[in-house]
Amino acid sequence: MKFTYYPGCSLHSTAEEYNASSEAVFRKIGIETEELSDWNCCGATSAHSTNDYLAHALPLRNLVLAEKQGNDVLVPCAACYNLLKNADHHMRSGAEDCEQLNQDMQEIMGANYQGNIQVKHVVDIFSEPAIMGKISELISQPLTGLKVAPYYGCLLTRPADVVAYEDNPEQPVKLDKLVDGIGADCIRWSYKTDCCGGSLSISQPDLVLQLTKKIVEAAQYAGADAIVTACPLCQTNLDSRQPKFGGGEGSTIPVFFITELIGLAIGAEGSSNWLKKHLVDPVPLLRSLNLSVAS
Amino acid sequence: MAMQEKCIEPSFSFLKQLEERSGQPVSRCYQCKKCTGGCPMSFAMDFYPNQVIRQVQLGGKAKLLSSRTIWVCACCKTCKDRCPNDIDTSAVMDTLKEMAKEEKVALGDNLVPVFHDSFLSSIERYGRVYEVGMLAGYKLKTKTYTQDMQLGIEMFKKRKLKILPEKINQLKEIKQIFDKAKEKS
Ligand code: SF4
Ligand code: SF4
Repeated sequence: MKFTYYPGCSLHSTAEEYNASSEAVFRKIGIETEELSDWNCCGATSAHSTNDYLAHALPLRNLVLAEKQGNDVLVPCAACYNLLKNADHHMRSGAEDCEQLNQDMQEIMGANYQGNIQVKHVVDIFSEPAIMGKISELISQPLTGLKVAPYYGCLLTRPADVVAYEDNPEQPVKLDKLVDGIGADCIRWSYKTDCCGGSLSISQPDLVLQLTKKIVEAAQYAGADAIVTACPLCQTNLDSRQPKFGGGEGSTIPVFFITELIGLAIGAEGSSNWLKKHLVDPVPLLRSLNLSVAS
Repeated sequence: MAMQEKCIEPSFSFLKQLEERSGQPVSRCYQCKKCTGGCPMSFAMDFYPNQVIRQVQLGGKAKLLSSRTIWVCACCKTCKDRCPNDIDTSAVMDTLKEMAKEEKVALGDNLVPVFHDSFLSSIERYGRVYEVGMLAGYKLKTKTYTQDMQLGIEMFKKRKLKILPEKINQLKEIKQIFDKAKEKS
């Protein structure tokens, strides 16, 4: 199984641990990847909020590059996944401006997009039966006793007709299955697709705090000792807007990336380096459960 | 007649223009308020999502372009997925944001639009987002230096913020994409 890997800007900065843990898990389970050469930022919320053309053209340049490179695109970042998938969907929809967009790409890059590749998110790929089987074969340390709330957020589930890969996007289960699969205790709760306000985290921290607070408290109330996500914006937002950094009162809980938990369970290399990057240190919780962290 | 269209509400020309530009069938809305019921940001809005749609139907352009709502929408798309009439309210708000910027009206929020500008100019400059530069630009323009200071320091210590930008090779392609975007708006 070979993919073209699209890390995106967050995985090269604020969420480096998501990048490192994804790569370590790919290696261990035998998913071959090659980074998309000369990829650009997908444009994120800022492009689609204020400029319709950029919202399609920025991700489209990546799709054109990926099609040239061959193989489907594998994306860990939920936001990049959402925008690449949206551009792919737009080009397939035959909307009025598609032809113009492709003409522009031809003029700018000397190539256009034919839709011969697919955009995939890591959770979708990891939860394929063959890969799940491979993960369970490799488990050296089941995460027994780790009570974790799976948090999907917005970008992997909405808009459902464009990005969702779940049977029921209002009640997604693929992250739950992965958490169950590595022996952790998957907490059932009703906030798994609520919005954490990630796109406003820098510009409206006081408003965003009201959302993150609700989510973290709901997870704790349901009995979770940690949250797991597959989105770098959610992780940074939930990890940083907790009481420790002026996020109101109460106790803090660590927020993991799904690749970190899988990595811990299958003994992928480098887990101590990933966890060092967290603002809320997850190591004491892991230690209290006798779970070891690999150097 | 043209005069009257301009100053009297309801005016249908704005509805038509917005439906065309956003691609959303705004006329279909029957005010069930499901969009507002599921909206996580409604507590901070001056018009609720269903009211935005109603204002579009009535031609309340000026009110909408200067509203706070369009900027504090978190783009979570809950409204879109729950609308029984298949209206993507957040896409309507994206169009309103674009129009508000084009028409240079007094914006209903002075932080979010500056953030988007700083973010996009970082992409235009490097092809990727350079967080430190983007944040510095944003903080300078909004004078919000002290906000999140402790958090920033913590993230710097954890090396979550890179000192140097990553630049892509074919930066001229990005420049051309931005040029085309400017031509179009
Ligand atoms: S959910 Fe749809 S139909 Fe109902 S009020 Fe909102 S926009 Fe109108
Ligand atoms: S996309 Fe915006 S308006 Fe719609 S539910 Fe989310 S925050 Fe509310």
